[in-house]
Amino acid sequence: MSDIVGARLVLDASEITRALTRISHEIVERSKGASDVVLLGIPTRGAFIAERLANNLALIQEHPVQVGTIDITLFRDDLRRQPMRTLMQTQIPDGSIENSLVILVDDVFFSGRTVRAALDALNEFGRPRTVQLAVLIDRGHRELPIRADYVGKNLPTSLDEKVIVHLAEIDGEDAVYIGGGA
Amino acid sequence: MKHLLSSEDLTREEIITLLDTATRMAELSGAKKLPTLRGFTVVNLFFEDSTRTRISFEAAAKRLSADVINFSAKGSSVSKGESLKDTALTLQAMGADAIVVRHPASGSAYRLANAGWISGSVINAGDGTHQHPTQSLLDAYTLRNHFGEIGGDLGGKEIAIVGDILHSRVARSNIFLLSSLGARVHVIAPPTLLPIGVETWPCSVHLNLDDVLPKLDAIMMLRIQSERMSDSYFPSELEYSKRYGLDARRLALLPEHAIVMHPGPMNRGLEISATVADSKQSVIVEQVANGVLIRMAVLFHILAGETL
Repeated sequence: MSDIVGARLVLDASEITRALTRISHEIVERSKGASDVVLLGIPTRGAFIAERLANNLALIQEHPVQVGTIDITLFRDDLRRQPMRTLMQTQIPDGSIENSLVILVDDVFFSGRTVRAALDALNEFGRPRTVQLAVLIDRGHRELPIRADYVGKNLPTSLDEKVIVHLAEIDGEDAVYIGGGA
Repeated sequence: MKHLLSSEDLTREEIITLLDTATRMAELSGAKKLPTLRGFTVVNLFFEDSTRTRISFEAAAKRLSADVINFSAKGSSVSKGESLKDTALTLQAMGADAIVVRHPASGSAYRLANAGWISGSVINAGDGTHQHPTQSLLDAYTLRNHFGEIGGDLGGKEIAIVGDILHSRVARSNIFLLSSLGARVHVIAPPTLLPIGVETWPCSVHLNLDDVLPKLDAIMMLRIQSERMSDSYFPSELEYSKRYGLDARRLALLPEHAIVMHPGPMNRGLEISATVADSKQSVIVEQVANGVLIRMAVLFHILAGETL
């Protein structure tokens, strides 16, 4: 099902669901009830993962959790080097993150540059009490001193490999593949 | 996109991308400032008076963290006789990444972009009676906010442009841009204010305003541009106002959902009455706010869209 020849499945649908359930419980535990949590997904796929985590938290806590999206395209440091990307939706719940516990959510955690851009973006929107990071896959190779607070799966990769996350919302299936490389 | 010179150069897809980017810019309005164009220099080169366009470009560039240099012909070496070429060479030497130009001569933006004087991008902010592409983009954006959705066009919408078509770069820009988006454009003006060749444009032409009003989704009133009028094009302002001005009686002939637009500056009491300009259906102030968003989108696509 993956676009890359020779790609190998590393997480199937039930493993993704279990990883996200575990992360949800960790969030509740560490935030002591998740009452002031604001989940902010980084589009495209981070936004869907944030939605799923919000649904999980609502079930565990029996109260709804604020969830939104933050597009970081305009905050990237590589605009002069990369072809232009289409801007995606930004939606800050209630328009404010002031004093809340913001959890950034992304699918794959790699160089850390996306998260750095997201931190810069948050800074323009207000001053959260704490910022944490939740990712489905941590593939290593950080280029910046940034770490994740919640990780679905640590996936050792080589630099020339590619991690492909498929989510039912846009790809028709839940799966994580690794492909390419030598 | 290297330059933005005319709305005729834009494809339907490019227009929709620009409108979508403006929508995203609006979603980011909660951010204090966007760092995107840090290190880029934008020059506002204005050979003609302007309030909202210049301020709007300046606000857009500053919101994206670009450095802005304002240049107006009054009080510069242009009043000592410096040519467009020498002015352009000076700006090139100063390292302008984008030049926003307004000039009374039609075709001046094209000349500036293609004469080989400068390496940066040129954005046409109005050249004579020819084009004013960012005005038509902000009008399309305003219309889509009322009648469309992100990713969509203006398919089937009935939009009238009324008044001084002959001298209006706003009309030329809008006729082509709105019809590219699938809208049906109606042009209404006295015969003396219609340009030769208007029948070849993608719009229908009418002489009577009242007949068209009941089916419209939007009506755009143009300013009577006395500074470009060397002859008398109509017997008196009162007669023009009676036949082609939008007053309370004509507003009542419009469908309730229809919106009233004006590119500004308005001649209250001439092409539009004060009652109409301040009515609930008027979106004139909204157009100005949208101007900043659309110019941010244009600057972003022109400056950050190129790969090195």
